[in-house]
Amino acid sequence: MGSGVAVDLENVWIRFGDFVAVREANVHINGGEFFSFLGPSGCGKTTILRAVSGFLEPSDGRVLIGGNDMAGIGPNKRPTALIFQNLALFPLMKIWENISFSMEVTGASARERRKRADELLDMIALEGQGDKLPSELSGGQKQRVAIARALCANPDVLLLDEPLSALDLKLRQHMRTELREIQQRVGITFIYITHDQGEALTMSDSVAVMKAGVIDQIDTGHNVYDNPATPFVASFVGENNVFRGKIKSISGEEAVIGTNRSGDLLARVTPTQVGKLGVGDDAMMFIRPEALELGSNSGNDKTTISANVVNEEFEGNSFSVFLEGDGGKLIKMAVPNVGQDHITGRGENLSLHYDVNNAVVMPAGELASE
Amino acid sequence: MSSKALIRISLGVYLIIFFSYLLGPLVVMSLTAFNSSGFPSVSPWACFTYEWFNVLWNDSAIREGIFYSVIIGLGTVALSVSMGLAASIVLTQVWAKFRSTYYTLIIAPILVPGVVLGISTLVFWDRLGNFLGAGDGSMLSNLFHNGIFLTILGQSSFIASYAMLVFVARLQRFDPGLTEAALDLGATHTQAFRKILLPFMRPAIASASVLAFLASFENYNTTTFTIVDYKTLTTVLAQKVRLGINPSISALAFIIITLTVFAALAFEAYRRNQARQEAVKQGKAKAKSGGILPSFMTGNPAAIVFVLLAFVAIVVIGTAQKYSPEQCKIQVREAKQAEIQRRIKELQEQRLIKSQSEARQGPDIFGAPEEEDTGGKPSGAFGGVFAPGNLSDDADADQPEAEKPSGGSGAFGGVFAPTNLDNDEGN
Repeated sequence: MGSGVAVDLENVWIRFGDFVAVREANVHINGGEFFSFLGPSGCGKTTILRAVSGFLEPSDGRVLIGGNDMAGIGPNKRPTALIFQNLALFPLMKIWENISFSMEVTGASARERRKRADELLDMIALEGQGDKLPSELSGGQKQRVAIARALCANPDVLLLDEPLSALDLKLRQHMRTELREIQQRVGITFIYITHDQGEALTMSDSVAVMKAGVIDQIDTGHNVYDNPATPFVASFVGENNVFRGKIKSISGEEAVIGTNRSGDLLARVTPTQVGKLGVGDDAMMFIRPEALELGSNSGNDKTTISANVVNEEFEGNSFSVFLEGDGGKLIKMAVPNVGQDHITGRGENLSLHYDVNNAVVMPAGELASE
Repeated sequence: MSSKALIRISLGVYLIIFFSYLLGPLVVMSLTAFNSSGFPSVSPWACFTYEWFNVLWNDSAIREGIFYSVIIGLGTVALSVSMGLAASIVLTQVWAKFRSTYYTLIIAPILVPGVVLGISTLVFWDRLGNFLGAGDGSMLSNLFHNGIFLTILGQSSFIASYAMLVFVARLQRFDPGLTEAALDLGATHTQAFRKILLPFMRPAIASASVLAFLASFENYNTTTFTIVDYKTLTTVLAQKVRLGINPSISALAFIIITLTVFAALAFEAYRRNQARQEAVKQGKAKAKSGGILPSFMTGNPAAIVFVLLAFVAIVVIGTAQKYSPEQCKIQVREAKQAEIQRRIKELQEQRLIKSQSEARQGPDIFGAPEEEDTGGKPSGAFGGVFAPGNLSDDADADQPEAEKPSGGSGAFGGVFAPTNLDNDEGN
C-alpha cells in the first residue's frame, strides 16, 4: 500500500467563464490524514476535487501532491484515485475485472489480476463474489467494490466524492465506520467531499468548511463545531441558535452583546475573531440547542434568557422545545429524554440559562440558508 | 352484440387487412417461384417446380451482382459504421452552442436525394482525379473511376448518418463518468475508448452494421450512378426488368424472405432464452423441469416456429430429390397444344363466316368484336397480350387480323407470354 502523501493547494482559483467556482484556496493536507471538504451543494468542493485528481486545471495557483507540482499532468498519471459519487463501476465487467482494471491497463496478466482482486475482495468482505456483475450487488457492496477498485491502483491519495450520499441511513452509518477503518489500515491520505456534517465530523482528522467557492475555516471537527470562525460555519455545521445585536462591552475574550428581545447576553469571542470585534459592532451570538438548560442562573442575568414556548417536539432521544426568539426566529433547545412525559405547555414563559463557554460571539455575517 | 365484441372483431378484421397488405405481395411472389409458367404468375397454375432456383443458380449476372453487392455492403459497413461512430462521439464532445448545427449538417445527407449523391460522388472523384493530375490509366485515375470504390463512398455518405443516429441513441445512455474513472485508474485515452466505450457501444455497432449492410444491399438510386462498369444485385435486377424477367427473380426473393424470417426467428429465440436464463438467475422464474420438448424451446414460440421451418426446409429438399415436374410439364404442354388447335379451328370457322359476310358488306378495318374475343380467356393486367392464343395465331398463319389484339399492348410487349417458348419448341 502507498504511504500517506501531503497535498497542497496554493492560491488556487478556478473560474468557468465569469463564474468563480473556487476563490483563493489555500489548503495543506498532511500525509495519511482523513481530510474533508464540507459545504452545501454548489459550493465548489467537487471542483477542488477534480482539480486535485487532474480532470481540470486551476485557472490560477498550484496543486502539489507530495510536493510535486501537478500542472500539466493528466488524471491517469497522478498518484490519485477517485471514488465517484455514482461509483462509476464498469457495468459490463465482472467485479474482479472492475477491481483490477488499473492493473489491466498496465498489462498485468489475468492470473496476477485475479489474485490481487481476490485479496482485495477478502479485505472488503466480499469473498467469492468476484464473478458477479456490478448490477448483481447491493448498494453497500458496490460501494466497497468501488473502494477496492481505487485501492488496487495503489494511490497515494484517495479522493472520495460524496460516495455515501446514495445509501440509506443505516448503511451510511455503517460505511462511515468502515471507511475510517480502511483509511487507518492502508494509511494513505483520504480527501473526502460531503455536504453531510455528520459524515465530516465522525470520520475526519480535519475539515474544511466551504461557502460559495471560499474556504471559511480549516480545523479539526471538534474545533469547527465548538469554535466556528464565521456565522456561516456556526450555522452550517450542526444546529445553532443565533442572537443578533451590537457589542456593548468587551473584556478580554468575553463580550456582552445587546439583543432586542433577550436583553444583554454574555458570550465568549470565537478564537479566530479575538481582537477583531469592537464596541458597537454588529455581532452574532450562537448557542447550541443542547447547551441551553432550564431554570434561571442565579446571580447572573447575562447568561439567562427568558422566552415563551411556541412548540414542543418529541424526537426520541430528546425533546425539542421551540421558543420565541430574535427577529421571528425560533430558539431551539434540546432536553434529554429521561422518562418525562413532556417538558412544558404551550405559551408558558421559561427561563433558560447557559454556560459562557458554550456561547460564541463573532462579527455578523451570512448564515447558511436552511 | 356488445360493443366490446364489436371492437374486438373490427380489430381482428383490421389486423387481417393490415397483414395481408403487408405480407400478401411477398406470399404471392414466393408462390410464383414454384410455378413452371415462364412469366412470374400464380394463376394459371401450371406445374409445381424448383427449376427457377436452378435457373437462378446458373444466372451468372445475378451471381456476380450478389457477389459485388456483398463486397460493397461489407465495405460500406466498415466505412459508415466507423464514420458514424466518430460523428456521434464528436456530437457529445462538441461545444453545446454548435451542437444542433453540427447535428443538422451530419444528418443532411439522409435528406439529399440518392440520385444527387450518386452523381456528385461520380463527378467529384472524377474532377479530383483531374485536379491531382491523374492521367488516364494511372493507378489513381483507375481508383477514382472504380465502381466499387465510388459506390462504397457514395453509399457511405448517407448510410453513415443512419449509423450515427443509432450510435447517438446509445451514447445518450453512456455515463461519461465511466471514461473518467478509467482515466483516473491510469488508462490512456485509447485504452478508455477501447475497454470502456467500445464494449458499451457493441450492441449499437451490431445493429448499425446490419442496418448499413441492408441499406447498402438494397440501394439502387445512388449505386446506379456510381457503379460504372460493375454490377450489383439491384442494378442487375433493374436491367432484367428492362430486358425481360422470369420467375428466377421470385426464387431469389423467396430465398431472401426465408433467410430474413429464419434470422429474425433465430434472434428472437436467442433473446427469449437469454431473458429466461436471466430470470432464473435472479430467482424470478423456476428453472425448467424436464418435459418432452428440449429445454430451449419451452415457453418459446419463436424456437418452435424456427424448428418447424427447418423441418419444412428439410421436407422441401427431400421432395426436390425425388419429385420431377417433367411429367406434369408434358401434360400442360399437351393440354396447351390441344387448346391451341381448338382455337385455330374456331378461328378458321369464324373467318370463314366473316369472309362470307364481308363478301356482302365490304372490309371492316377496325375489327369486329368477334375478333377481340378470340383470346377466350380473361386477359388480366396486360390487356390480353399474353393470351396463349395471340401468338399462336402469328405463328400459325399470315392472317392480318391476328395483329389486332396485341394492339392493347402491356408493359413488356408480348415477349413474356408463356406460350412463346412452347411455340418455339413446338414449331
